Amino acid sequence: MEAPLFTYTLRLADNALVLGHRLSEWCGHGPMLEEDLALANMALDCIGQARNFYTYAGEMEGKGRSEDDLAYLRDCADFTNILLVERPRGDFAFTILRQFLYSAFMHPFFEQLSASKDERLAAIAAKAEKEMAYHLRHSAEWVIRLGDGTEGSAARLSEALADLWPFTGEMFEVDAAERALIEAGVAVDPASIRPLWLETVDRVFADALITRPKDVWMQSGGRRGEHSEHLGHLLADLQFMQRAYPGSVW
Amino acid sequence: MYAQALNVAEQATHDDPEKLARFQARIDAEEKIEPNDWMPEGYRRTLVRQVSQHAHSEIVGMLPEGNWITRAPSLKRKAALLAKVQDEGGHGLYLYSAAETLGVSREELVEQLHSGKAKYSSIFNYPTPSWADMGMIGWLVDGAAIMNQIPLCRTSFGPYARAMIRICKEESFHQRQGYEIVMTLARGTPAQKKMAQESLNRWWWPALMMFGPSDAASQHSDQNMKWKIKRFSNDALRQKFIDATVPQGHFLGLTFPDPDLKFNEATGHWDHGEIDWAEFNRVVKGEGPCNRERIKARIKAHEDGAWVREAALAFAAKRAARKAAAKIAAE
Amino acid sequence: MTEKNMPLWEVFIRSRTGLSHRHAGSLHAPDAEMALQNARDVYTRRGEGLSIWVVPSSAITASDPADKDTLFEPTASKVYRHPTFYEVPEEVGHM
Repeated sequence: MEAPLFTYTLRLADNALVLGHRLSEWCGHGPMLEEDLALANMALDCIGQARNFYTYAGEMEGKGRSEDDLAYLRDCADFTNILLVERPRGDFAFTILRQFLYSAFMHPFFEQLSASKDERLAAIAAKAEKEMAYHLRHSAEWVIRLGDGTEGSAARLSEALADLWPFTGEMFEVDAAERALIEAGVAVDPASIRPLWLETVDRVFADALITRPKDVWMQSGGRRGEHSEHLGHLLADLQFMQRAYPGSVW
Repeated sequence: MYAQALNVAEQATHDDPEKLARFQARIDAEEKIEPNDWMPEGYRRTLVRQVSQHAHSEIVGMLPEGNWITRAPSLKRKAALLAKVQDEGGHGLYLYSAAETLGVSREELVEQLHSGKAKYSSIFNYPTPSWADMGMIGWLVDGAAIMNQIPLCRTSFGPYARAMIRICKEESFHQRQGYEIVMTLARGTPAQKKMAQESLNRWWWPALMMFGPSDAASQHSDQNMKWKIKRFSNDALRQKFIDATVPQGHFLGLTFPDPDLKFNEATGHWDHGEIDWAEFNRVVKGEGPCNRERIKARIKAHEDGAWVREAALAFAAKRAARKAAAKIAAE
Repeated sequence: MTEKNMPLWEVFIRSRTGLSHRHAGSLHAPDAEMALQNARDVYTRRGEGLSIWVVPSSAITASDPADKDTLFEPTASKVYRHPTFYEVPEEVGHM
């Protein structure tokens, strides 16, 4: 059984890395040049967050694992990201709606985590909080434009919502180890984020002329290493060089 | 491309000789020409062509490096590469904006790229099968581009010069990150060294071709030099690049794929072998290894994004209409 | 071409140095809010700015280059507007 704080930090790192990877897939293929740059900025923020969390997790573990060891030398079952972030990038509606649903949660989450009793987590979260505030603002504006744009864009947004919604429940899961960290004032209780998250979602969805789906079964598993078919392909890409040339310095 | 340039130069002779003389005097006095100033039709056309080709090159240039963003071998390299490719998008954007000051819209320019009417730097029609290519593009391709771009910061057309100043400032890290990648490989395992050498073998000649045909074959250079759109000849810049780059490669223990490459004590320059201009012309004409897939990738991104741009414009129109209606209702 | 042109915006950035907003470049965006966000992503990637203005390019009225002499020539002779026009004895020091 791994130390709870290590697992907690690793989950934050894995979420950021996998989402950053998905965003980076847009580089050079965005719907307009200006948005290409915006997506790359968001990807860079996520990758930066991942690096900070991995570095901290590695140090905490004390086995000499670097950020790259943690990112490049673990297999699917060892990855603890939520399923939401590993979904393939899809079309622009899918990517931007996922960014919205995720940052509407992560922004208040990092805000609270920046008051964590663990100083390192607090420091990383304080920086990430500002980044997520921008992701939220940018993605929310797009959600509104796509929802209230053309018939076609509204249809794509609805489709994306139906695809993504069942993966939002996992953001609010807490296991026993995490519960202890929450009680110790180290981790954030996601239940406390829920009202804020719903409020943001409802406010933006109202402008986007869409409503959130009700009573669907929430998919779960990523946090425990039970992943979809997609993560393996992502890791095949991400880890190719380190696997093909083990032990090299890059 | 070069035949077109000749036509443009001929066109220029139809301009009012008095205005033309005044224009040339301003150029000679190192005054910047601004978008609303009078300019010979040939100057305008040459600039639209050159600046937009430069912009297209930045945008198409995102593809060969973009090929490795998801596979970069460390998180540090991944972030640096993504930031670099993103910069190239930004540079394309600055350059499209500079071209637009001459009265062509970005939509028109993009259309010219997609239809094949406009060219872009042929170097991006070569593939990037190995990670070492990320190093080689930064070191050689960005290195060659800088040789071209630094003098362009003083080019006679104001918006182009200003865009280039910003670009040169931002690009200063590009060549260094490339060289660092190559250096790490050259000092690494035998497999990594092999990867670096193999990549240099593929990129060296195409990098030299980036400076364009030799001065003897490039007939449109004279007019562009006179107008100070271009400030150094192709061969002069190429030589400068070779002189700077060869010692950098030798320092890493790499060999250049040119048996005739040797230092000339008398001139103080590195003499090099004959460039395969047949290959250059073939790739410019569209028969390089990746010409078709590069353009197809650009067209696909543009077409896939059409509904997004349409939605954003539709929303802006609706919001403006609502605001106007609310104003009327309030009055 | 069937595609509608995306409006053009001019971007002005006030840098950390405390100087006034300065023209940074232009970009395309569907509306003002997006133009502002795009300006942030395009023109402040290296911490260049503390404040951004975006203005529709079509809203700018520019002077005509042909008026250059009329507008700017007359000021050339107003030497008394420049500090070096006035003499201050060396003993007084820097002023």
